Amino acid sequence: MIEFAMDITLVISLLWLAWLLLAAQDMFKAIILFIIFGLFMALVWARLNAPDVALAEAAIGSGLSGALLLASLRRSGESGAGNEQRAGGLEPGSGITPGSATLNITHRLLTVLIIGLAGTLVWAAWVMPPQHSGLTEQVTARMQRSGVSNPVTAVLLNFRGYDTLLEIGVLLLALICVRSLGALPQFLTLRPPGMVLMAFTRLLVPFMVLVAGYLLWAGAHAPGGAFQGGAVLAAAGVLLLLADIGLLQSCPERLLRALAALGFTVFLLVASMMLQASGQILNYTPARAGAWILLIESAALISIALILVLLFSGGRFEKGRVPAQERDPVQ
Amino acid sequence: MNKLYLFAALFLLVNIIAGLFRVLRGPTSIDRMLAAQLFGTTGVAIIVLLAEALAIPELHDVGLVFALLSAISTVAFVKMSYAQKEGSDVSD
Amino acid sequence: MFLIEALGVLLVLAGMPFFLAGTLGLLRFPDVYTRLHALTKADNLGLGLVVLGLALQASSWQAAAKLLLIWVLVLLASATACHIVARSALHRGLKPWNRKEQ
Repeated sequence: MIEFAMDITLVISLLWLAWLLLAAQDMFKAIILFIIFGLFMALVWARLNAPDVALAEAAIGSGLSGALLLASLRRSGESGAGNEQRAGGLEPGSGITPGSATLNITHRLLTVLIIGLAGTLVWAAWVMPPQHSGLTEQVTARMQRSGVSNPVTAVLLNFRGYDTLLEIGVLLLALICVRSLGALPQFLTLRPPGMVLMAFTRLLVPFMVLVAGYLLWAGAHAPGGAFQGGAVLAAAGVLLLLADIGLLQSCPERLLRALAALGFTVFLLVASMMLQASGQILNYTPARAGAWILLIESAALISIALILVLLFSGGRFEKGRVPAQERDPVQ
Repeated sequence: MNKLYLFAALFLLVNIIAGLFRVLRGPTSIDRMLAAQLFGTTGVAIIVLLAEALAIPELHDVGLVFALLSAISTVAFVKMSYAQKEGSDVSD
Repeated sequence: MFLIEALGVLLVLAGMPFFLAGTLGLLRFPDVYTRLHALTKADNLGLGLVVLGLALQASSWQAAAKLLLIWVLVLLASATACHIVARSALHRGLKPWNRKEQ
């Protein structure tokens, strides 16, 4: 009974939130609603007994996306005139109210398309056999050969490793695209960061690095892995940037490029080695599979974290802009 | 007893949904950001309650990650609103 | 054993009113500064009680320590967020609410 009440509340509020955030005309409000949507998504995954996905949603959906979206909003606000208020208006109802958009032919076509898609989905859910177990049996039967004991990691890094390989490739590609946009406006302030934020960062960053390592290690036998750990590590980097601690800015450009490409490179190297040895891409020998997976995940963790931080800061870390030492009250 | 914890989690969920009113109404962006920060704390409580009620100890890690990242968006928001203030000063 | 469990449940339940108070404060208080109180005091106390109640029934001391750690992290995050948000609100020129002026 109480389970049902919980589920129905989650489902209805999730749909309501989705509607609110799509209908919001104030972009900032939409971002806040998106952060809350991520929180609800994580709760839904937790309720569905999928802690792996809940972990990813907590780290990326609710945690890092907020900062990434705020950065994008800030940048888009700078490029367009009159958008200043959007990035956080002071006055009530400061969101831009677009003129009464008339329903033109494109809108109507889109409406038909979306209704058709939704109808197909409902129909598919309706005719699906109720006792469908998916691929659980096949995965369980092959767990012995996977080299890890967490089925999610086994699927992501072993059985369907090429999916993950391509995902990391997509992330790298995104970074290359952002960098090719040239120098994006920096939004980080020249104002003193404040001692509280500084102290908070100094306390939290080492701990975030530790948790990122823990999640990577735990991924072999429990929920966790390179993406979740990478997101936590990226959060540490974002915090360093926001607190004006010039640690990342002092990294040489070549090193940053190499580290951003590390995950994809290592993954590709291992894949081609396996191709040479066994004739199949990413077909590890069961005895060594665990070690290969750990190697790939470690490299991927570093790249994912760095790429996410770089996406936040606009593709590169601006040098010379933040003389942290001068302003650091401790030093 | 697990039912009791589920009930507590549901109660907190209803709290968040009620608090959404503040996000919708504002009036300033600071209010909206604050509400999101508050929901983060409540969300951690729901997660740890679910971990106990559904007997999924792995959810503690989810709570840990939530707790670690809960301030990131707020910090980013504050820093950017400073920068915006300066930016608008220049354009005035 | 039963006593510890009962105490745990009691603590979790004791945390609930604080969350309610936090939500009420968020909805009813007149300005940003007063709402900050609701946000960073009531809810964190509520979370502390919930975490303490659950830690009492944890299967191992490691699990209990992890729960308490979560609470400490949320405390840190809330306190920092509260401080910088209040500073930024002052910087923007938001006036603290005053009963006489209303």
